[in-house]
Amino acid sequence: MMTEIGHFALVLALGVAIVQSIVPLWGLRTGDTAMMAVGRPASLVQFALVALAFAALTKAYVTSDFSVVNAVENSHSAKPLLYKFTGVWGNHEGSMLLWVLILVFFSALVAVFGRSIPRTLHAAVLSVQAWVSSAFLLFIILTSNPFVRELPAPLEGKDLNPVLQDIGLAIHPPLLYLGYVGFSVAFAFAVAALIEGRIDAAWARWVRPWTLTAWIFLTAGIAMGSYWAYYELGWGGWWYWDPVENASFMPWLAGTALLHSASVMEKRNALKIWTVLLAILTFSLSLLGTFLVRSGVLTSVHSFASDPTRGVFILTILVIFIGGALLLFAWRAGTLTRGGFFAPISREGALVFNNLILCAACAAVFVGTLYPLALEAITGQKISVGAPFFDATFGKLILPVLVAIPFGQFLAWKRGDIRAVSQRLTIAFGLAVAAVAVAWVLAPGGGSKLAPFGIGLGAWLIFGPASELAFRVRLFRAAPGDTLRRAAGLPRSAWGTMFAHMGVGVMVIGIVAVSAWQSERILVVKPGETAEIAGYSLLYKGSEARRGPNYTATVGRFEVTLAGRPVGTMESAKRLYTARRMPTTEAAILTRGFSQIYVSMGDPANGGGRTVRIYHKPFVTLIWLGALVMVFGGLLSLSDRRLRVGAPRLARRSRLRATGEAA
Amino acid sequence: MAMTRKKKRLAMLGGAGAVLALAVVLIFVSLKDTVAFFHFPTEFAEKKIEPGRNVRLGGMVKKGSVVRGEGTKITFVVADDKNSLPVTYVGILPDLFREGQGVVAEGKLGEDGVFRADRVLAKHDENYTPREIAELKEKGVWEGKDKKE
Repeated sequence: MMTEIGHFALVLALGVAIVQSIVPLWGLRTGDTAMMAVGRPASLVQFALVALAFAALTKAYVTSDFSVVNAVENSHSAKPLLYKFTGVWGNHEGSMLLWVLILVFFSALVAVFGRSIPRTLHAAVLSVQAWVSSAFLLFIILTSNPFVRELPAPLEGKDLNPVLQDIGLAIHPPLLYLGYVGFSVAFAFAVAALIEGRIDAAWARWVRPWTLTAWIFLTAGIAMGSYWAYYELGWGGWWYWDPVENASFMPWLAGTALLHSASVMEKRNALKIWTVLLAILTFSLSLLGTFLVRSGVLTSVHSFASDPTRGVFILTILVIFIGGALLLFAWRAGTLTRGGFFAPISREGALVFNNLILCAACAAVFVGTLYPLALEAITGQKISVGAPFFDATFGKLILPVLVAIPFGQFLAWKRGDIRAVSQRLTIAFGLAVAAVAVAWVLAPGGGSKLAPFGIGLGAWLIFGPASELAFRVRLFRAAPGDTLRRAAGLPRSAWGTMFAHMGVGVMVIGIVAVSAWQSERILVVKPGETAEIAGYSLLYKGSEARRGPNYTATVGRFEVTLAGRPVGTMESAKRLYTARRMPTTEAAILTRGFSQIYVSMGDPANGGGRTVRIYHKPFVTLIWLGALVMVFGGLLSLSDRRLRVGAPRLARRSRLRATGEAA
Repeated sequence: MAMTRKKKRLAMLGGAGAVLALAVVLIFVSLKDTVAFFHFPTEFAEKKIEPGRNVRLGGMVKKGSVVRGEGTKITFVVADDKNSLPVTYVGILPDLFREGQGVVAEGKLGEDGVFRADRVLAKHDENYTPREIAELKEKGVWEGKDKKE
């Protein structure tokens, strides 16, 4: 019964969405305030209905109702409850429903929190959001209905893919979707502004919190996905340039550019065209990512089972929305009035440079991801483009922007003094050089000669942003009391900016260290034998058989010592999930400071013993810690009162004095 | 400021153009250098694949050909309906690597005609299949149909 209610709620939601797509915009055209006001209640009703549908699907999973085909395909009564719940989105139909749920959730938030946005803009935004939800609700109902029943119901389900039965799965997709789909708000604002033919600094002020929220979630989602792949897939890699990974990375790059562009619009009423275009581009890339994952065009660790009709449907949605938005942009961009002027060397100039490089980097990832697909579609020739390409292009393209970040933070608006800024950065530069020296001296053998410079770059990204803040509070140049007062008066967004940039530096250090100085040993061990890596000794104690709730396992034990002193034990396993008869490898990870030892069990070897793969990964945790610091910075900025949705309040006088900002 | 607004705009556009041009060149050159083509063993035999170039080899793992050598070195033979190619690999094979089933190996052809694999990809589960393996299935090479022994 609940399933039918869910199904009905979904169809009803589509009806409401269609109404919400048309009526407020019609009201905008005719100046009818009553029609425009329809947007708010419609959004709330849509959200309630889709939430109901989602609850119905969840109930089917949690109660193991195998008359629902979706549950049969992806669940099992012996599965732990947590994974029954998270399995709801571990498949195409369920995750599509989650996608739409988040979309209407954001619409509802805009409906509720957008009270201070001008009525007309608000109505337009909600309508555009409804266009998107209508399209996807239609898609779900027609091609990906999770509520299809099968009677008589099978006795047991087919279980969830074991690789997905993991806590990371509980977090990674929802986080990612909150990010991807969150950018729909910026998209809706951009399209609405083009429809209205009007855009100004206030528009940017309203858009920023939504964009920042989406960015925070996307950053967290990507980092979580990376960490999950690292420990779950058993290969110790943290980024594969997998097409689906790229599909989430491209909106992130564009979204970061959008964030920075919107701040220029907000402060200086400039870069309007860039900002609108980036808002359209970011969500378009999100839609493209959705298409790539679900159409069967790609196959990778992530992509769901392919079905041509779905692919064609999504492609159509893509063409309509992206094409339509770009056409609208081309037609109406001329109505956007020119903004403030600025010198090439200025904060605006630095951010334009930032935009350019991020877009170029995004284009590199785009080409590398789609070229194989396009080539195969046209000529049938199969090629693969992997890490070497992306390292060569993205790796090089991103460097100038990383170097520029501290400069950008220091430069004044409108017209900057590059010499003064460079002087202020000398300490940070000196510290970065020191870091290069330290890295050069301490580095274990091997690795690229350039690696110490990579560490220096990371240090530059940590000390540079910090020194900007130190300068603002006159650290060491004024009385401590004065400095403290200034620090307390600094807007949170200043701290947020600093931490976000520092997070990048932390991540760079982790990436460089792991890429350059990782050690790997692949060998056969018999019980009682020891493997050595990076100064550690791993004593293999043999393996034993164990049972889990829905699997059997062979677990190998290792005792780890460093210079004779015991440091920990590690257990790596090879599991066989009984329902699907699928083997997986569970890696063992031991964290030492910021570094990790990683052990992956292989098959039994000829002549007894087992093959194992052992890694020492120096500073690898910094990769994800860096992402966390970035998220923290984003959250700080988000909590800054001035950036809240709504009429911005005048900064208190003391804050203005303390920051000493140039106009 | 000595520059007029027009000159500033031109400077910025010029700068932007230069950045984009550089990016485009970088992308195309890197693409040419790093693309890995996919071939069946027959194409190795006929086309004289350049040794030392990073390529992908796809086909069926010949039954009885997997030899786990000393330590972690593994050798096996990859075959399609007409030809076969010996492969060596050092490492742990993926969970679903099986004799008599399809595989995709990425690596380089050695001067001695033996393929040195850096990575081995196999099927992951019934629902997900690497693109190249799907093609192997279409060609009937997945489970050794039409195979001459």
